[in-house]
Amino acid sequence: MASLPSISFYPSRRYSGVGLHLKANSTSLKNASSSTYHPERKVLLNGHAAAAREHKSECKPNQAEGKLSPEMEHYQKTSFEEVPMHTACLTYLGFYLLMILGYINQLLFVPKVATEKGREGYVALYDAFESFYSRYVYRRIKDCWNRPICSVPGDELTLKDRVTDDYGWSFKFTGTETRCLNLGSYNYLGFAAATGRCADESEEMARDAGLAYCSSRCELGNNAQLEELEKLTARYFGVEDAIVFGMGFATNALNLLSLLGPNCMVVSDEKNHASIILGLRLSGATIKVFKHNNMRDLERVLRDGICYGNTKNGGKPWSKVMIIVEGIFSMEGSIVRLPEVVALKKKYKAYLYLDEAHSVGAMGSHGRGVTDYYKVDPKDVDILMGTFTKSFGSAGGYLAGSKKLIDFLRTNSHAHCYAGSISPPIAQQILTSMKTIMGEDGTETGRNKIMQLARNTRYFRRRLAQLGVITYGHEDSPVVPMLVYLFSKIGAVVRTLTTRHIAVVGAGFPATPIMEGRIRFCLSAAHTKEQLDYALEVIDETSDDLGLKYSRKPRDPNPIEY
Amino acid sequence: MAVIQLFNEIGTIFRNTPTFALVLEIFLLITVIWLLLHKRGGGRRRRFTKEEEDFIIENYEPEPLVGETDPDHPLLRTRLVASKVGKRINVDGHDCLNLGSHNYLGFLEDQDILEEACKSLRKYGVGSCGPRGFYGTMDVHLELEERIAKFMDLEEAIVYSYGFSTVASAIPAYAKRGDIIFVDEGVNFAIQKGLDASRSTIAFFKHNDVKDLERLLVEQEKRDQKNPKKALKTRRFLVAEGIYMNTGKICPLPELVALRKQYKLRIFIDESVSFGTLGKGGRGVTEHFNIDRDEIDLISAGMEGSMATIGGFCVGSHFIAEHQRLSGLGYIFSASLPPMLTQAAISALDRFEREPKIFEQLQAKAQLLHQIFSRFSKLHLYGDELSPRQALYLAIPGENFDAERKRLIDVADKCIARGVAVVEAAYLQNRERKPVRPSIRVAVNRLLEEAEISAAFEIIENVSSAVL
Repeated sequence: MASLPSISFYPSRRYSGVGLHLKANSTSLKNASSSTYHPERKVLLNGHAAAAREHKSECKPNQAEGKLSPEMEHYQKTSFEEVPMHTACLTYLGFYLLMILGYINQLLFVPKVATEKGREGYVALYDAFESFYSRYVYRRIKDCWNRPICSVPGDELTLKDRVTDDYGWSFKFTGTETRCLNLGSYNYLGFAAATGRCADESEEMARDAGLAYCSSRCELGNNAQLEELEKLTARYFGVEDAIVFGMGFATNALNLLSLLGPNCMVVSDEKNHASIILGLRLSGATIKVFKHNNMRDLERVLRDGICYGNTKNGGKPWSKVMIIVEGIFSMEGSIVRLPEVVALKKKYKAYLYLDEAHSVGAMGSHGRGVTDYYKVDPKDVDILMGTFTKSFGSAGGYLAGSKKLIDFLRTNSHAHCYAGSISPPIAQQILTSMKTIMGEDGTETGRNKIMQLARNTRYFRRRLAQLGVITYGHEDSPVVPMLVYLFSKIGAVVRTLTTRHIAVVGAGFPATPIMEGRIRFCLSAAHTKEQLDYALEVIDETSDDLGLKYSRKPRDPNPIEY
Repeated sequence: MAVIQLFNEIGTIFRNTPTFALVLEIFLLITVIWLLLHKRGGGRRRRFTKEEEDFIIENYEPEPLVGETDPDHPLLRTRLVASKVGKRINVDGHDCLNLGSHNYLGFLEDQDILEEACKSLRKYGVGSCGPRGFYGTMDVHLELEERIAKFMDLEEAIVYSYGFSTVASAIPAYAKRGDIIFVDEGVNFAIQKGLDASRSTIAFFKHNDVKDLERLLVEQEKRDQKNPKKALKTRRFLVAEGIYMNTGKICPLPELVALRKQYKLRIFIDESVSFGTLGKGGRGVTEHFNIDRDEIDLISAGMEGSMATIGGFCVGSHFIAEHQRLSGLGYIFSASLPPMLTQAAISALDRFEREPKIFEQLQAKAQLLHQIFSRFSKLHLYGDELSPRQALYLAIPGENFDAERKRLIDVADKCIARGVAVVEAAYLQNRERKPVRPSIRVAVNRLLEEAEISAAFEIIENVSSAVL
């Protein structure tokens, strides 16, 4: 059992048959890539996509076309290709094999596990399966996560190399570094940068106002900058008012419970983020889940819920019904069907909570998120929520909506009353980047970034489809999950891509269903065409080697235009 | 042929069975059928027809999303700070001596820490653009974790990006449904939220009252004896704060540790106030009482107090702390702490180690302030004399908490106008476990001079005598 995790098993070659005859096809397409880029060779200025300007003329933003009905457009642009039967079987088989080997490993070898000292006779602290899973299954590909970096998480990043001598129990730094193309960070608009306007103004603010307030907003933690930030956020989304918090996770987890009570029904998408689920759990509301992005199921749940009322309370009508969806679902890469959700919300008099953690900045011709993408009136969404971590390259979260709502939150929000205010340089980064996106800095930078991201997204997704790998989600979503199914292939892909200087994120059980292990690419406006071409070339070769070209859809024979 | 035989057979059975047994069996059969049918048809009440459903939906009137907010609500009026938050602070246009921010060691105005944070900004940018798992781990995060663990002489530390979420995520990572948590009823709001998220049984004991805790433990022991099977699966936790954020009292740690041993509890201490303020080397309440830190299962603290940055950490043995890397929700699912703020925490630790005399200075100032502020005629000072965070209550209780709060806000406003920044402590009274008595928060800064404390005393005394 003392085998390296990387060679545990993957029945790769056997299934690369499809890939083999395609190889000729894909090489012939390489005319699209004048690939001279390599992360090791070239030193690029971080952030601030310079390349955007060259192609400005014929570029389209991320924007729903609106020619078809929202439903038709959704079906046309979203793809969730079914897994081939034999892959499904193999995935399950592989997973159970991994579990069995884990059990044998645990039985035969003395596990190298930290034990509790001085707590004899106590009830065991951890659930047995949970610790088994993390020790004997997750450990095998543990090296693919929590990788330390030592640079800006921009278009490229620098990995600190580490090795393990004991099959993943512990890691050691080798002292070397690897420069990688970054397809893993949520840097959608490329505002993560250590130079340039954002960084300059943040530093200035840190020198003026210090690094923190050591107080909550309600005591001595409020200054003109934070008030400006709230006003600007409200203006950005075209709503009356907004409130900001120091952490995106806490924005969901600590505010949902102020809005909901035990006699409320919440209709929540099954793929909603953990922070939403935690917030709902704390609120005590009745949670009903509908199938991911499935409007028919949403309507069924709403209809049932409203007609039969609170069955735990003798069928009493719900005091509030709230629909909670995300703009872009981070694991699925799909975009919420907002126009249809808004129609249902109106029909059933429900309230709508929209979490735009991943979509704000990344979607719509003005970067205002999915409301902008679909040209839906932002006032039709009762509560707009999002984070500043991703597109704005900072930290924190916001809630935006009517003045009545925000005033209520100011007097009831836990994070507002008890938690520390946003640090001044962090708030400044948001202010500067938001003004840039809005064009209030007097330049085209923001618009160029939005265009560049839209163009990168479409190009990368189309090229991937052409390679024959299965990707999930909407063609305008900058989050691109590529399905590899098998648990061990997640590790194999992440490792192989690292040796080729590309940093990507893998996701497997329990973050995804057992069967749907995936690699997630996050595109950024900071990426250039050359960088994407380099990545696609490597992904093409890797997919051939590991047999990832599962797709049975017809492939576009023509070169994809950038 | 076989069919006729079968009928004959059945006939014989019926004839040979006594009537009462037959009646009983028929009765049983009917019951079974009724139960089956009842479950199928009646589990959910009668389905409505489409018209009925439409009618109900047509007539459904939900409550408004939020209620009206009183425009005079005290939390709507936030004070405006127009300067760096140092020993002096500009509040609402008045230059004041700051007695309201948790900047205990005065690190907010420390130039070296600021410079190092700015240098870090120039290396990593502002945000980390990802959670710890997905390229959001930077070398500074690892360094900070290592340094905290070393400073506390424990095996492992884990850094969160928000002070509030630290303890609120740590508690539900271990305590689950069916477990029991013994908690001091004076704990801060973040701990209360952690308790809610754990879904465990919560037993509150009176604030800092070890006898009351022991009473609860004895009760629990009796319950365990009645149901030993359940007791074998029930994990027991004890949660307390080093210095209570709400009251400024130090917890009786030696007694709590003794009870931990006797009743096999796991003890979690939140040291958001006491870390970096208590003990000779600023290591918190364990150092203050000279207790071996192995006795404590988990120590958590916000870095928004003495370290003057953002975020928080948990520290403990490898066995315990490591678990949060896969189970601490606020750790896994949140973007990591911005690198420049992480660097500020490392630099703060540097100062802790380099200049342990700052803790002595702070404690001396706290004692001094405690002595002077105990002499108010209309206000009553509460809190331990070593605590950098103390509370001023009305000496004569008002008719209700609302009235008390109004008068305290009035005092705070007039103090600010006259150059002393004190604020009434903000609470969400309707969301706390039970309403907290309104108070004025007093925070001690290491850099305060005796003359300044005396001058502040004069001003607060004058204002409070005039107003109350």
